[in-house]
Formats: sequence, structure tokens, C-alpha cells
Amino acid sequence: MEYIITTDKVNLFYGESQALKDISIDFLPNTVTALIGPSGCGKSTYLRLFNRMNDLIDNVKITGDITVEGENIYQKDTNIVELRRKVGMVFQKPNPFPKSIFENVAYGLRVNGVNDMSTLKEKVEFSLKQAALWDEVKDKLKKSAFELSGGQQQRLCIARALAIEPSIILMDEPASALDPISTAKIEELIYELKSKYTIVIVTHNLQQAGRVSDYTAFFYLGELIEKGVTKELFINPKNIKTQNYITGRFG
Amino acid sequence: MIISKKVIRNKNLKEKVAFNIFRVFSAIVVLSLVAILSFIIYNGISVINWNFLTQMPEDGMTKGGIYPAIIGTLCLVAGSMIFAIPIGVFSGIYINEYTKDSWYKRFIKLMTNNLAGIPSIVFGLFGMSLFVNTLGFGDSIIAGSLTLGLMVLPVVIRTTEEALKAVDNSFRHGSLALGATKLQTVRKVVLPMAFPNIITGIILSVGRVSGETAPILFTVAAYFLPKLPSSIFDQVMALPYHLYVISTSGTNVEASRPIAYGTAMVLIGFVLIVNLLANALRKYFGKKVKMN
Amino acid sequence: MIKFLKSTFEKLIEGTLFLSSTITTLAIVLIIIFLFKEGIGTFNQTPIEDGFSLVVNKNNPVNELTANEIKNIFDQNITNWKTVGGKNDSITLFNIDNIGEFYSDSAIGENFEFLPQCISDYTENNPGAIAFVTTRYTGKGFTGKILTTTKVNISQFISQKEWFPTAQPAAQLGVLPLILGTLWVSFGAILIALPLGLATSIYMAEITSPKIRNILKPLIELLAGIPSVVYGFFGLVIIVPGIQKLFDLPVGETALAGSIVLAIMALPTIITISEDALRTTPKAMKEASLALGANKWQTIYRVIIPYSGSGITAATILGIGRAIGETMAVLMVTGNAAVIPHSFLEPVRTIPATIAAELGEAPQGGLHYKALFALGCILFIITMAINLIVGYVSSKKKYNAR
Repeated sequence: MEYIITTDKVNLFYGESQALKDISIDFLPNTVTALIGPSGCGKSTYLRLFNRMNDLIDNVKITGDITVEGENIYQKDTNIVELRRKVGMVFQKPNPFPKSIFENVAYGLRVNGVNDMSTLKEKVEFSLKQAALWDEVKDKLKKSAFELSGGQQQRLCIARALAIEPSIILMDEPASALDPISTAKIEELIYELKSKYTIVIVTHNLQQAGRVSDYTAFFYLGELIEKGVTKELFINPKNIKTQNYITGRFG
Repeated sequence: MIISKKVIRNKNLKEKVAFNIFRVFSAIVVLSLVAILSFIIYNGISVINWNFLTQMPEDGMTKGGIYPAIIGTLCLVAGSMIFAIPIGVFSGIYINEYTKDSWYKRFIKLMTNNLAGIPSIVFGLFGMSLFVNTLGFGDSIIAGSLTLGLMVLPVVIRTTEEALKAVDNSFRHGSLALGATKLQTVRKVVLPMAFPNIITGIILSVGRVSGETAPILFTVAAYFLPKLPSSIFDQVMALPYHLYVISTSGTNVEASRPIAYGTAMVLIGFVLIVNLLANALRKYFGKKVKMN
Repeated sequence: MIKFLKSTFEKLIEGTLFLSSTITTLAIVLIIIFLFKEGIGTFNQTPIEDGFSLVVNKNNPVNELTANEIKNIFDQNITNWKTVGGKNDSITLFNIDNIGEFYSDSAIGENFEFLPQCISDYTENNPGAIAFVTTRYTGKGFTGKILTTTKVNISQFISQKEWFPTAQPAAQLGVLPLILGTLWVSFGAILIALPLGLATSIYMAEITSPKIRNILKPLIELLAGIPSVVYGFFGLVIIVPGIQKLFDLPVGETALAGSIVLAIMALPTIITISEDALRTTPKAMKEASLALGANKWQTIYRVIIPYSGSGITAATILGIGRAIGETMAVLMVTGNAAVIPHSFLEPVRTIPATIAAELGEAPQGGLHYKALFALGCILFIITMAINLIVGYVSSKKKYNAR
């Protein structure tokens, strides 16, 4: 089978300190992979490699090979805009723009040169439907996105990411700021989106990882301790650290 | 969806153009501000010497020094601070520590902001009407100090408030949980932690008071008075007013230019020292007291 | 017992603190009282100085003249009584100093004791005459008519086009040129300062490295602290002659000079406040924009500027407020001609500069003095309005961003 993302011996340094050590994981298309581990273990940093969001921080040095859809994304002539178009991202806290619901979803299209109103309308509707938000907001597309509830805002952010037709969606603890009902909705959504997208999700919540993911990778202090099919890893962890973490002995 | 190369090139070009415009504009701003500063310093520094700072003006203010103006300004700074510091700090403490988020708090804040927004010349009018005429102080240090003090009061209040706000609530709760009263908590825990920021703010407001002209025009400032004040009911000369006078309406504007440069330099020097002092204090205390 | 003392002490301190917190309110109330008490006094006075009167022929049907009409009559812009509502008769100006030409010394009397009769006689013989005389000469023996002068009223005060409070016979109290002068200079300043200030704040907040920012920030703060007289002095020795040479003008003290100096002064305020506003944009929001393929510039103008819009607006309005109220620097460089401005290359005079320049010469309690307080009232009202707008704009932000 063809991997959609591959990472080979990736190291990442913030100045002197090393945040990721020799990480090699490959991701299959149309799967959900959960990255778990205690805070500060490097799982978010690792996730942000795939759309090069780490570039925003000064003094970062990266070694190793990372490919997305077969292309090395850390080359000099890498088209970052095109990469971020392919790799969508949903953040920890809902972070809609100070704009209307419609404009939030249309944002990624507009900044990439799509201004034709009928195309925009069509894609906004399609994305909102995919994010299971259309029925709730179709009558108030012109209203400020801040008027939505937290859970709705997060689904809006997912719709916003879907609008530019990515093939991969990165989710950085997407439900950690939400109530249980909204969380359930997001998880359901992740399950449905799997058929079309490859999803990599960082989560603190082990039950959540168990519920939504096909594969799981366990990070600890910048190292990849263990990776594998979620069920196996949870039922029968090979490494003692993994075992301690999933049985709640630390973290 | 495929993004065409043209779209990307186009938007990156726009970014480049916009950023370069910003760079140029910022350069214009910074350079002109630096130019002003260096112009005054360049022309003023050669005028300044010990005699200039310690002698009376002579020959219709075209020669001699600016001693009485320096002393006058120091008197006004001291006078206004004696008034503004206690009231401003008390007021800040009351607003931040004693009032809940009530209408009163909002009202006081609104009033403080309004007072801060009143132009200095209006303070001058007010000071003249109330302190000089109605209360009968005449043109005097006390009238000028009160006017200036009132003007910086909002600055002191806000500074205090901000400084107190920066103290994390956990310290208050910790102290209260140990059975301390509110006053004890404020006095022994909150104020010491906020102290560095309060002091810094007060020092900066000293800089502001020393340079104000409009409020003292009609409340204290003397055109030419080659002697030192003997009581708070005396008139004094003041640096900013002196600079105004000798550069616009002195006996011989051209001849007093060097004096004017020197006076401007002393004023800038004052502000410079005050800023450096504030920054140094901020650093010094910043190491001693860690705050959020 | 000790406990009781302690709690009393606490109450006492709290009371003191509370009293201190009321001072700002008290100050504003006092400012309003004293400013308006004097300022409103303007509107109960006649524009003719106490002790002087305007006299005409006793049969002249005109009873009352406004300050503006008086001025036009004495400037010979109005030459017929018809214009001011009288008979069709030309106006003869009678200057009391020339009375010797018409009457002999003996007719006037050694101590001018017969002067009232002479004036009466003159107006009798010249039905179109008008004279400006000391009220003392309208006493015993005077048979002409004393004109009433329309009291200064608010609409005139605002709309009249001439400010000449020491004019004889009637003080001209038209604030319009001063208001326009203030607005011209302020808006000119904002026109210069706003693009420069916003560009600099965006550069500092979003484009440059933290290293450069850490140099620029204290520099800008330092410049905010430099007294306005120093800026005025710089304007006087550099900008004013520069403008004079550049545009080949008779004088360099112009509205433009005022605008430039004010712009330089307003820059630190605008930069500091709008930079603070820009920096409140949550990092997550910027990242979301970048993650969607926007570049930095798109993120700035599509997300960061809209997000911090109310803060930037507040900075702008505060900048305008500072410019409108600024006194000394403007006083030093604008030339202070109280005329309605037609171009930026003419001298103008602003409200604060007028107060600063004239209050020293206005006799306390007189019309001129009160009129200057009325100017202070106008300034006070404008700045209060600006404060309230700023307050409203900033409170709106909280609602939007939750």
C-alpha cells in the first residue's frame, strides 16, 4: 500500500534543545492516526511538521526526511501555500476569524484567488454539510462566527479546513476545550471524514484515541516509544512505558 | 482544488510590495524622530556647562544661565507630586482592591479616562479660575502645582491600577486564607509586589509634569524673574515656559537661540534620565520580584 | 478592644481610599463649573466695552445693532441705514476726536462739559450720523439716541467669521475661523500621522524581528515623553523656515507647519496604542490563517487588522483628540492669524493657541476673558465627546471578541 505521509529519522531542535528524536512513522491514506503522550512529549511539534507550521518559530532546525504524497516537503523550492492547501489543520481551541460564518469558510478560497461568488457559495455549503453544521447555520451565514457555541465554532473551523479540499487533516487536540456532547459530535465527524481524508489527531484523551483512531503512536520526551494498530497497542502494549501511560500510572 | 502558480506569485508579490511600503514608512518615522532628537542634542550639548545650569539669566535672557527655571520646574514637579501621588495611589488601590466590578468602578474609570483626555490648556483655564482667582492664591507655585497635579492624577491612578492588576489573585487568596484582613493583604502582599511598577509609572509621570507648559502659563510661570522663590505663594520661572518665551517672544529671539537650544536640551535630558531611570528600576525590580 | 480598634482602623483607611477615588469625579465637576460659569458669562454681555456707547440721531428708527453690523458700519462696508433696517439715508461716521473741526473750544467747554450738547447737536444736524463715544458724554444735556447692542449669543458666537475680541467699537467674537483652524491643523496632522503611524505599528508588531522591535519600542516611548514645547521649538527653527523656502512663501508659519509638528507629536501615541491592539490578536487566529495557505500579508489585512480594528480606531481618535487639544507646539508654528483658512500654506489659529496667546492680556472678568473661557468650554466638549466615542469603541470590541 502507498503511504500518504512518511517521516524518516526526523529530529527537531529548538536552539540547543532537542524536541524530537529520530522519529519514523508512515501514515496510510484514509486512516485516523492518534498521537498520544504526556504534555511536552513533542506530539504537537511532530504534527506541525506536516504543514510546516514550525517554520513560524525562530531558531528551529529540522533534519530527516518528511514526504507528503510522495514529495519531500522540506526542500528549498517547496510550495508552502500548496502544501498547506493539501494539509488542513484544526486547532486546540476553536479560533474562528472575526468575520461572518460564510466568510470564515470562504477564507481559504479567497486567499488563494477564488473570488467567484457562485463557486464560493457552492463550496461553503458543501464544506458546512461535510462538517455537519449546515442545518444549524444555513439561515445565519451572515452572522458573526463568534455568535456560535464553542462546539459549533470548532465544527466551523473543520469546515473552514475542508473548503480548500485537503487530502490530509491535522487535528491538534480538537475537542479539549469542548463539553462532552460537542466532543461526541466531533468524534462522530472524524469517523465520517475518514472515508475521504487522512486524519492525524493529537489527543490527551486516551479513550478518545481508542474510540476514533485506527493507529496510535505513543510519544514520550521527544521519542517515539511505540506505534501500532490502536486496539493492539491498547490491549497489549509492548513497551513498559506505554503500558504505564495507558494504565494511568503517569501523564 | 489546484492553486495556480499565478495566484501564488501574485499574492507573494503583493506581500513584498506591502511589506516594503511598511519598511519605508517605518524608516521615515524612525529617522525623523531620531533626527529631531539628535538635532536638539547636537545643538544643545555645547551650550550646557556648569555655569549655564547655575546662573541667572542676563541681558534680557540672551546670556547667562537658566538656574531659576530649573529650580522652578523642580518646585512644580515636587509640588504636583506631593498632591498627585498619595491621592492617585490611594484611588488606584480603592478601584482595584475594594470595588467589585460594579457601576461605581466603571463610573470612576470613565471619569479618570475623561480627566486624562482633557487638553492641558483647559487645565490652565481651570487652574487660573479656581486656584489663582477664586481661592486667591495668585500666580504661585501652589496654584501651578495643584493644576499640574490634577492633570497627572489620571496617569498615577491608571499606573497604580495596572500594577495592582498584574499581581496574581492567588497571592491575595493565599493571604486571606491565612486569616489576614483585607488591609493587611493589600499592605503586606499586594502593594510590595506592585510597588516596582507603581514607582516606574510615577517616575514617568514626573517626566510629563516637567515638560507641560499650557497649565502653568496662567497659574505660576513668570516671564523673567531672576531670583529664587521663597515661599509656595511665589511665582517661578519654568523650563518649558522659558523655552517658549525665548524662542518666540524674548527681547532678542536670534541672540537667545543658544540659550533656547540649551534649554531644550535640558528638557530632553530630563525626559531621558527619567526614562532610563524607569527602565533601570523595571529591570532591577524585575529580577527581584517575579511577577506574571 | 484591640480587635475593635483594628476594625475601626481598617474602616478608616477604606474611607480614605474611597474619598481619594472620588477626586477625579470631583475634579471634572469643578472643571465644568468653573469653565462654564465664566464661559456662559460671555452670552450676557454686549460686545461694546463698558463705559462706551453708540449714539445716533434721536429720530433714527434703528434701535439695535449687532456686533457684526457695527463693525461693517465703521469699516464702511455698510454705508446706508437701509441695510440695517433704517431709513434710506447714508451713514456718516463721526469720530469724536475730530470734534474740534465742528465746534470751537469754547462751545465744547474747558473740561468738555458741553460735549454732550455738541454731540447731540451734531447728530441733530446730520441725521445719518453715528458716533462712538464714552458713556460719560451721554449724560446731562444729551438729546440723541443711544443704540442698544445685541448681546452676544451662541449661534453668532459659533458662526461669525471674525475673531477680534479687542476690536473697537465692538468686539468681534466669531469662533468659526478658530474652529476651522483647529480642524484643519488636526486633520492635516492625522492625514500625515495615520498612514505613517499604522505602517510603523504593523511593521513593529508583525514584520520585524523581536530584536529590532526591542530597540524601536523604547525609542518611541521616549519620544512620547518629550515636551510639546521642544517639538514646537524644533518646528520653529527647522520646519517653519523649510516650508517658507520650499513653497517660496512670505512666512513659513502655516497650517502645514502646524500639521507636521502635530503629526510628529501624535506618532508615538498612535504607534504605541495601535501596536498594542495589533498584538492582542490571538496567535491561534494567525496560525489558522497561515494554515489555510494565506501568506503573512493576507493574514495581516484579512485577520489581524479586522480583529484589532476597534483598538486601531481608538488609537486614531485619541490621536485626533491629542492634536485638537495640543497648545504650545501649534502656538509656536502656525502664525496665529485668526482668519478662515483657505489653504495649508496660510497662517491659521487654533482654539487652544488662542487661549494661550490671549488670556494673559484679557482683563479678568471682561468680555474677552469670558469669551476665552467659552473657547475652553468648546474644547472641553469636543474632547469629552472624543473620550466617550473612544470608550464606546473599545467597549464594543469586548463584546465582539467575547
